[in-house]
Amino acid sequence: MKVLLSGNEAVARGAYESGVVFASAYPGTPSTEILENIVQYEGIYAEWSPNEKVALDAAIGAAYAGKRALAAMKHVGLNVAAEALFYSSHTGFDGGLVIISADDPGMHSSQNEQDNRHYAKFAKVPMLEPTDSQEAKDFVGLGLEISEKFDTPVLLRLSTRICHSNGLVELGERKTIKDDRKPFARNPTKYCMIPGFARRRHPVMEQRLKDLAEYAETFPYNKVEWGDRSLGLVANGVSYQYAREVFPDASFLRLGMSWPLPEKLIRDFASKAGKVVVVEELDPFLEEHLMMMGVEVAAGKDFFPIVGEFNPGIVRDAAYEAGLVDETVEVQKIDVGELPPRPPVLCAGCPHRPVYYMLKKYGLVVDSDIGCYALAVLPPIATTDTLGCMGASIGVAHGINKAGVEERAVATIGDSTLWHAGMPGLLNVVYNKSNTVTIILDNLTTAMTGHQPHPSTGRTLMGAETAKGDFEALARAMGYGEVRTVDPLNLKELEEALKASLDSNKPAVVVTRSPCIFMYDERPALHYVDLERCNACDRCFEIGCPAIIRSDEIHAKSGNAKAEINSILCFGCAVCEQVCARNAIHMVEE
Amino acid sequence: MKTTNFALVGVGGQGVLLASDILAEVGVRAGFDVKKSEVHGMAQRGGSVLSQVRWGDKVYAPLVGKGEIDFLVSFELLEGLRCLEFLKKEGIAIVNDQRLPPLAVSSGGMEYPSQERIDKALSQASKEYHIVPALAKAQELGTERATNVVLLGALSNHLDVAEEHWLKVVEERVPKKYIELNRKAFAAGRGL
Repeated sequence: MKVLLSGNEAVARGAYESGVVFASAYPGTPSTEILENIVQYEGIYAEWSPNEKVALDAAIGAAYAGKRALAAMKHVGLNVAAEALFYSSHTGFDGGLVIISADDPGMHSSQNEQDNRHYAKFAKVPMLEPTDSQEAKDFVGLGLEISEKFDTPVLLRLSTRICHSNGLVELGERKTIKDDRKPFARNPTKYCMIPGFARRRHPVMEQRLKDLAEYAETFPYNKVEWGDRSLGLVANGVSYQYAREVFPDASFLRLGMSWPLPEKLIRDFASKAGKVVVVEELDPFLEEHLMMMGVEVAAGKDFFPIVGEFNPGIVRDAAYEAGLVDETVEVQKIDVGELPPRPPVLCAGCPHRPVYYMLKKYGLVVDSDIGCYALAVLPPIATTDTLGCMGASIGVAHGINKAGVEERAVATIGDSTLWHAGMPGLLNVVYNKSNTVTIILDNLTTAMTGHQPHPSTGRTLMGAETAKGDFEALARAMGYGEVRTVDPLNLKELEEALKASLDSNKPAVVVTRSPCIFMYDERPALHYVDLERCNACDRCFEIGCPAIIRSDEIHAKSGNAKAEINSILCFGCAVCEQVCARNAIHMVEE
Repeated sequence: MKTTNFALVGVGGQGVLLASDILAEVGVRAGFDVKKSEVHGMAQRGGSVLSQVRWGDKVYAPLVGKGEIDFLVSFELLEGLRCLEFLKKEGIAIVNDQRLPPLAVSSGGMEYPSQERIDKALSQASKEYHIVPALAKAQELGTERATNVVLLGALSNHLDVAEEHWLKVVEERVPKKYIELNRKAFAAGRGL
């Protein structure tokens, strides 16, 4: 039976069919739905780990235990998990391990663009790249076979357009799994990477790469598709599909295994094709290798962009520039004038908003982190000065305060992000004694990726009740004396806690705790503006809430439009009521 | 058969993604190879949403570039304008007449495009365009959440696919207690 599946759903199905019994991940776009789908299958233990390194260590453990395991993460998650990737490349496993790297060309939802094919070369492990959902499913099983046969972790690289595109997939049955609990296969010379043992493993890895390169020559998805031989396209992943649209008649070498590369196959293809053209998103990974082999590349990164994601239009335009196709698609020039943008914004009622409103009021340097609150970088809130990666906020604020500027630097970091990578930074502040105030924005969920549970929600991915991590106790255990907890929707309380923390001039933690609006079954209240009282002072607009809009009523003296509250968007957080100096905003009485 | 390319656009929360799921599945039932592409994540927080669906004998790419869309279905007027460049010259636009002013407009900085500007741009960009009262039709039936199915009904008029396929997939994809309402919503869309 064929069904439409997204790449992520297909990977989950592939894990199920190929007998994976352990799966771990940290949520991250575009990879999140892999685990959310895996958990729906019987017979697979699945967890959200606190971060990608822990997820990979845990999956490695399951593979050491002789089982089939999978760890999934977005591209930058593999940076976090890189250490585990490298040692596991040295040790190999008794079982099998596939690591999903979901890259995000175009940075739809990421802080940087990176091409994780380099990790395969860097860590000396094989990498598979599907071109559609069917292959995304099939490559999980193939990857596990390669992992087991060659004693290596296998990277399965997806991209946003593989993860979040749907295509038809033929479903199969689950491979039968015996729960054959055997004694642990103790083998310290293989599994303990002390220098003496690791030195013995390195040559094994080098030989493995040679064996894998031989295997790559016959890997069924390294495939030549002969067409017009004057043009030979070399392509990987979704780029293959785009190139197929643009060059329907050309010859193709599509590489389903992007590391190590099948050199004989490539040479043979290049010798029979007229012009060799490489179409690959992001870095010239294949192109450089072909050039190193002495293959002449007629067009590569000199035409096809190194930046951003492709689509058939981009590939066609580049091919036209390169003189490879005769025409491009005509894009109509429509005069629509300047259109108001519609960027994502923090939701009306979001408990993060008042925190940034307050930080702005105090003119602090704000070092922030990864989560919905990244939206506080942009207008209308625009109260963030630095934002790098998961957990960076606290370390950066500490460094700025130690180095010294006129203003104080504070860190803002979400609950899930604090558990992920914030703890060492938090410890550093108190250990090395900076007067950094860290604000933990605790909205009781991993909001941005779709409300996954995390270590202080008291719930696991599989739905079990569990221990609730305690930020206040954590801070005290680290040595913090200044620990405060406030409801950020209460501005007075929030301001007092912030002020007391700053005035203490000591390492301080403020936990702002209020649930994400998606955690409510219904909104608590609705507010309205009393237009008789409103004097169009605009103070409520400074909060940057999408529910506060301009009314048609003009304040006579200032000529300014008064405020109004959009009754569909308003959530009833009452923050605007608290900033209004005219007492013009009130709750609608039921 | 040559490939038919659809773009569905709107604002997060309007039901664009459910509509594109239904459209993709209808393509499968009608015997086509189908691909669909959309972006999740940060974009869902009140931002613009764009989903593409492609039907054909063999579909390679899950999305196309500008100038390659046959049918643009817009759930909101401004978002329709934003995506006009995607349309082929001989393409058809179906636009819900709903206005959702973004923050840049509602907080007073910029202006929402006038009806005249909207009509002019749509007539320039498409072979034919239909501004339809999908929201009003859905509200008449009792819920604005059915706007997406009304729009699919309107789109179905332009496609040679049996109505039963549409109704079957709609039934499978909406909550049980809303099946009858959505059947009516689809019929209302076909009547537009």
